[in-house]
Amino acid sequence: MATRRIPLVLLACGSFNPITNQHMRLFELARDHMHSTGQYQVVGGIVSPVSDGYGKQGLVLAQHRIAMAKLALQSSDWVTVDEWESQQADWTETVVTMRYHYDRILKEYERSTGQHKDSSGNPSPLSSPQLKLLCGADFLDTFQVPDLWLDDHVEEVAGHFGLICVSRGGLHPEQAVAASDTLSRHSHNIFLVREWVRNETSATEVRRALRRGLSVKYLIPDSVIEYIHQHNLYTEDSERRNKGTVLRPLAKQATQPGKSLDD
Amino acid sequence: MDGQHLTKVVLLACGSFNPITNMHLRMFELARDHLEDTGQYRVVKGIISPVGDAYKKKGLIEARHRLEMARLSTDSSDWITVDPWESLQPEWVETAKVVRHYYKEMLETEQNTDDVDTVKYAKKRRIEENHFGASSHQKKDGLQLMFLCGADVLESFGVPNLWKQEDIDEIVGRYGMVCITRSSSDPHKFIHQSDKLWQYRQNIHVVREWVTNEISATQVRRSLRRGRSVRYLLPDGVVHYIQEHALYSAESEQRNAGVVLAPMQKNTEVS
Repeated sequence: MATRRIPLVLLACGSFNPITNQHMRLFELARDHMHSTGQYQVVGGIVSPVSDGYGKQGLVLAQHRIAMAKLALQSSDWVTVDEWESQQADWTETVVTMRYHYDRILKEYERSTGQHKDSSGNPSPLSSPQLKLLCGADFLDTFQVPDLWLDDHVEEVAGHFGLICVSRGGLHPEQAVAASDTLSRHSHNIFLVREWVRNETSATEVRRALRRGLSVKYLIPDSVIEYIHQHNLYTEDSERRNKGTVLRPLAKQATQPGKSLDD
Repeated sequence: MDGQHLTKVVLLACGSFNPITNMHLRMFELARDHLEDTGQYRVVKGIISPVGDAYKKKGLIEARHRLEMARLSTDSSDWITVDPWESLQPEWVETAKVVRHYYKEMLETEQNTDDVDTVKYAKKRRIEENHFGASSHQKKDGLQLMFLCGADVLESFGVPNLWKQEDIDEIVGRYGMVCITRSSSDPHKFIHQSDKLWQYRQNIHVVREWVTNEISATQVRRSLRRGRSVRYLLPDGVVHYIQEHALYSAESEQRNAGVVLAPMQKNTEVS
């Protein structure tokens, strides 16, 4: 009997300020990796740019970041851009975004399996879909930053949903997992993908090059470069935006009573 | 900035381009930015010159495919071009000869657009040919051809029998090099440790690549063999071409296995 693969959707949250070829590589690498486990069938990818309320220094308007991501992903047949998170009034915790997308995917699955019943009226043999968070190795380190994450959110992201973490350059994600009790407990649900290309193209470097009038061709899609020039994004002024502002998650978490898990 | 006094530069990159990647293309962009940043140069053209099949490198697929992939990848560039001359030669051509060929061609093109006294030019060239000083670039009316490569090529100057000493003299001494660093090499140190390169240090422009982007074609081929995605490492058009023609398999990687690389064959025969 053929083992049924679990349908899997990958969700990447982030600034995408701007989106780069490296961001899109993450999806490709993650898909290949999850397929090679033999257990999953990647059926979709979602890029979810953070809202302006995040307050990160240098963050340009969500409308631009969304437009650029859409241009970049025009030629992709499985990864799409979702605006929900960027449209929320306040910054949204990662786990809330995950829950939103998972609920959507689940409803879609239930709708389609409801329509596909075999002759005896039994439900379709499709496995229930999963949603996992796709990130770079540096993201795992953020779990160690005091007050940035709520404990039960980490539990939900790593334990309930699962993480796919693509390593970059010299970072060692295994160490980040080992350094966290919560992550270690869910290590079976944390997939580490080694990126063999030493490619440290970061949006920060791209913005720096743009400020200095240097070329970023072949680091980000041509259509995105055009858009950036048309709208004159990424200048010294844009980089100073939110300077001195406290990152929203830190401000928000500081006002909430610290929740901890009961063992 | 007065454009009149800038030296016009043509960048020439030789290599297998097996296949061409975004990293190769980045090299051109980085080199241009670097040279123009000095305020002394204006880069007017880039030339990608894929090596001929006679090079006999392991895993080297047919030149016609490598050429076409390079062409597809430069579609969106208004200054980088692909030239098939080297790949069309029946025998492997030493890099110095390739550089010489493109230098002549560059001058001919310039001559066709300028009013140049050809007699005066020929006399000047005879004088210059006899003297490779540290800074005697073959510059003609503010036009220069520079050899563009990664730091690994610079370091390959040290590999026995791979390069003829007089070729290094010519490429570095007479023309000039733009060398893009890689994380694993230190070109300044290499230049320092070689008397010959030290002599020509003013002709070697080292470009520091701050954003590491080491897309190795070898690993790209490996991924392709294993059915893994190489999207966003190469231009989309090249990815499609590779898929359409089913290039890069276990068989293609075995091509020339055990065969001696052409330059080594040539240079050991001579001695």
